Amino acid sequence: MSHESQLKKVLTEGEFAVTAECGPPKGADAQVILKKARLLKDKVDAVNVTDNQTAIVRMSSLAACALLKTAGLDPVLQMVVRDRNRISLQSDILGASALGIRNVLCLSGDHQIFGNQPQALGVFDLDSIQFVQAVKGMRDDGLILGGDSLDHKPDMFIGAAANPFADPLGFRVVRLAKKIKAGADFIQTQCIYNLDRFESWLSMAVDRGLTQKAYILGGVTPIKSVGMARYMKTKVAGMDIPDDVIKRMEGVPKEKQREEGISICVEAILRLKELSGVSGVHIMAIEWEEAVGEIVERAGLYPRPAPDRA
Amino acid sequence: MITGEQKPVEEIRQMIAPYKRILVLGCGSCVAECASGGEKETAMLASALRMAARMNDEDVTIEEMTLDRQCVMEFVIQLDKVIDPYDAVLSLGCGAGVQAVADMYPEVRVIPGLNTEFLGETKAQGVWAETCLGCGDCMLYDFGGICPLARCSKQILNGPCGGSVDGRCEVNPDIPCAWQLIIDRLDRFGALDRLEDIYPPKDWSTKQGAGPRKIIREDQQK
Repeated sequence: MSHESQLKKVLTEGEFAVTAECGPPKGADAQVILKKARLLKDKVDAVNVTDNQTAIVRMSSLAACALLKTAGLDPVLQMVVRDRNRISLQSDILGASALGIRNVLCLSGDHQIFGNQPQALGVFDLDSIQFVQAVKGMRDDGLILGGDSLDHKPDMFIGAAANPFADPLGFRVVRLAKKIKAGADFIQTQCIYNLDRFESWLSMAVDRGLTQKAYILGGVTPIKSVGMARYMKTKVAGMDIPDDVIKRMEGVPKEKQREEGISICVEAILRLKELSGVSGVHIMAIEWEEAVGEIVERAGLYPRPAPDRA
Repeated sequence: MITGEQKPVEEIRQMIAPYKRILVLGCGSCVAECASGGEKETAMLASALRMAARMNDEDVTIEEMTLDRQCVMEFVIQLDKVIDPYDAVLSLGCGAGVQAVADMYPEVRVIPGLNTEFLGETKAQGVWAETCLGCGDCMLYDFGGICPLARCSKQILNGPCGGSVDGRCEVNPDIPCAWQLIIDRLDRFGALDRLEDIYPPKDWSTKQGAGPRKIIREDQQK
């Protein structure tokens, strides 16, 4: 089993990278993860594992990443600062590296009020940018926060998220710059439906030279139904779904909506592929991993570069 | 000020049920300003409790008194002259006031009548908002006078997060996004470039690093 980051390899070799997402189950069954692993294997370069997304208790991201690793995939460990203080975050980075996990995505996390534990204490000891900086210090300098040295450095390809659709627009690129300055090697964005706004964000990032310093992966999510599109537009914070996307979904009969959602997604990827400054796509097919293979093939991104077999 | 809200009367009645002679004790400071434990609220609650006791044929004496400050010993000792007949004090002070009275009179049961909430401001009549966490190392200068710890739902020191939309917080659109406010304020002062630097992790040792905090000022001690 390779202990190198396949995602890093693909990106540094200048290939257009493809990542997908795997949501862990609300239960302890390893087979759920291994089934998703079979659906995604060889279709994408790396697979993000979400960390108690929407603040709902699920199998831990670290454990699910370890399972993906045994199945031969390159996992991206998502870690939120909502649930762990700096002691625990740094400890889990060491543990993840020891397990052969080579990618981490450092996030704030959905606020606990949205999940099934609204009584929980939100930790937020570090913010996501400070967390990126901490991981970089551990990896490059072998130092933890406070300056103590490690006797073995973790090996991590460090990621962060960006939302080009949140406010204030002008400041979104400042925050991107801070994440990259903190040490982000790659950036995965919020789902892109409003490509025009994404392009104006991207051109600001290009102007600041940021796309030369980190790999930007555009986020896409295939829409399953017009209901899902409407829900995301109105209920999910920081999500920008233009009316013409909703109208397009409304314009097809219910049984054809999944296919239309996949088409919209493929078209977005084709447009992203042409943009200078975009190094890949991150396909978040929420509880719809079956769709990923078709999307990758139709977007002309299959087959994927083969990993080096160590 | 320290803000608080009165506990539901039913909860208060359950707590005072074992006692026959009860002093409802208000505080004329913060909790008077936030209209939860001042002289007026103390009188109203005592009267409501007396009425409830009468309607339930309970043989209980409920009287009231308000101290200027329940959290300061010099004021608490005024109770020396009056406390003897009572077997319980229902305090409408903040948590500090409740404990100050309990420390002074360990033989008397002191019961909290308020839920102490936060350090905040009176924003409008009947509106109070949290603006300070009491972290022990004020950072307001760096953030244009707006505290991201107290006012950002995720306590982000390098914000705003991806949930800031139209200047509102994703947690609740009634909450202004603290980071939008910080950016607007620093922009007005021409100091936006300060936000280009990564703000380091908070040193929480000044808040909770060494257990309960204490200030000792020798220059103030006689």
